[in-house]
Amino acid sequence: MDQITPTLDTPPAYDVDRVRADFPILTRTVHARKGKPGKPLVYLDTGASAQKPRAVIDAMKTFMEEDYANIHRGVHVLSQRATDAFENVRTKVARFLNAPSREGIVFTRNATESINLVAASYGQRLGPGDEIVLSVMEHHANIVPWQLLQMQRGVDIKVVPVDADGVLDLDAYRRLLGPKVKLVALTHCSNVLGTVTPVKEIARLAHEHGIPVLFDGSQAVVHGPVDVADIDADFYVFTAHKLYGPTGLGVLWGKPEILKTMPPYQGGGDMIQSVSFKGTTFKEPPMRFEPGTPPIVEAIGLGAAIDYVEGLGRAAIAAHEHDLLTYATQKLAAIEGLRIIGTAPGKAGILSFVIDGIHPHDIGTVVDQYGVALRVGQHCAEPLMEHFGVGSTARASFGLYNTRAEVDVLAESVQAVKEFFGS
Amino acid sequence: MMDELRELYQEVILDHGKNPRNLRHPPDANREARGENPMCGDKFTVYVKLNGDGVIEDCAFEGRGCAISTASASMMTEVVKGKTEQEAHALFETFHDLCTKDEHEHCDHGPVDEEAMEKLMVLSGVRQFPVRVKCATLAWHAMQAAIDGQDKASSE
Repeated sequence: MDQITPTLDTPPAYDVDRVRADFPILTRTVHARKGKPGKPLVYLDTGASAQKPRAVIDAMKTFMEEDYANIHRGVHVLSQRATDAFENVRTKVARFLNAPSREGIVFTRNATESINLVAASYGQRLGPGDEIVLSVMEHHANIVPWQLLQMQRGVDIKVVPVDADGVLDLDAYRRLLGPKVKLVALTHCSNVLGTVTPVKEIARLAHEHGIPVLFDGSQAVVHGPVDVADIDADFYVFTAHKLYGPTGLGVLWGKPEILKTMPPYQGGGDMIQSVSFKGTTFKEPPMRFEPGTPPIVEAIGLGAAIDYVEGLGRAAIAAHEHDLLTYATQKLAAIEGLRIIGTAPGKAGILSFVIDGIHPHDIGTVVDQYGVALRVGQHCAEPLMEHFGVGSTARASFGLYNTRAEVDVLAESVQAVKEFFGS
Repeated sequence: MMDELRELYQEVILDHGKNPRNLRHPPDANREARGENPMCGDKFTVYVKLNGDGVIEDCAFEGRGCAISTASASMMTEVVKGKTEQEAHALFETFHDLCTKDEHEHCDHGPVDEEAMEKLMVLSGVRQFPVRVKCATLAWHAMQAAIDGQDKASSE
């Protein structure tokens, strides 16, 4: 089960109905009321968190029923089995990202903690006058940890803008790079705009100045293959729950030669070589950054999720989502008064929009009555909202289980919103 | 359209949402507070002109929000005008109960303007939409903060 190779050159025919049957939650209806049947769930909020296939649910359940114990501690058989299963997932994640070494895969609580880990630990070598480069389309998770560092150590934050389509301004980025810059931390795919950034070029330009780069891959790993070796990413983070896995588990990829130079982020058991009141020594990465009992069951779930998406074929999933995005863009763009926010070429399956005179919160409440689950609000990206001059947006994000028929329901329900508010 | 939505978005709300009353910054306002809902990004500033007797002579607001929060802000500026601080506070608490509690759980917050409460009844539909309660109460929190001399309120 560890030996599923992605079949990128010969993608299997994508049977979305069969895929949907793998997700128990997709059979439910919502808003059933006194004698009235509910509406089928149209889940277009995968960008916030993905639904879970039975393979993930079953893997976690079976593990707890049959092989569960704490890891890295026991001589007994279950501890050994659990340790092996947990560490196999580390290997699987390394292969999933095409990371050159499993020693660079650190398990955290979520992508947010992965970034906080780098900010708190790598950040200790930074001080006043040092600069960190971000973009205006970062999620708050890739802004606030650096602002904490700004408060603690006096570093400066420089912000790369985007153009009207939501494309990263590479020229501005290039101009910001220089001897003062000590780290670049950018999204690989915007959670609001769907913009996919040219990570390889971003890394190459930074490396010309000897600057390490961190990419927030929370959305990118979901929408297509990621190769951290090819990108030459120094740090890469993502979270399991957006990749059809469980909550409570994040991943940090760090080049081992960099991780080795970083002090611990938190202290505790399992991260130490030896503890004494005269002085404590720490293990090598990744263990140095994993104090305490980790999310063991969740790691098993992530392993099953990776098997699941690789079984479908990551290129096939990307093609399916691209088809949905193209179809939805056509459908929504045809609605008068509707404006799509984020029109970068090659964007991922995320569609943010606003409607003249109707607040996104009201859009969300009305379409929900049609069974359509959208995210409305600032999407943890307040600076980006300001950049586009909107207070908030409505966002549809597509997953591997969505269908064109669901896009039709979305378009109909948005049309109903317009009629309802007389716009 | 579905009954539940009509219940939430009554005509009066749609009207106030589209044509909010007292959407202005009174130059002689002597109290103001911002209200922010970090979840949806709604931001209001509520202005109050309080006279020496503790009576609200004028109440107005600026900002952007959804139909519910805008309508609630608009209706609030109308009903609190002419009220004392205590009366406005009692209205706020009673209105808050209306949005968040079943009828048998409503508390006595002192004498309230029954006519005003009757008008505000149209907003009681949020009771069935828990995530929208914060929309309906945002401007009220800001109004209360303004009267209390705080500069900021959150409906979180």
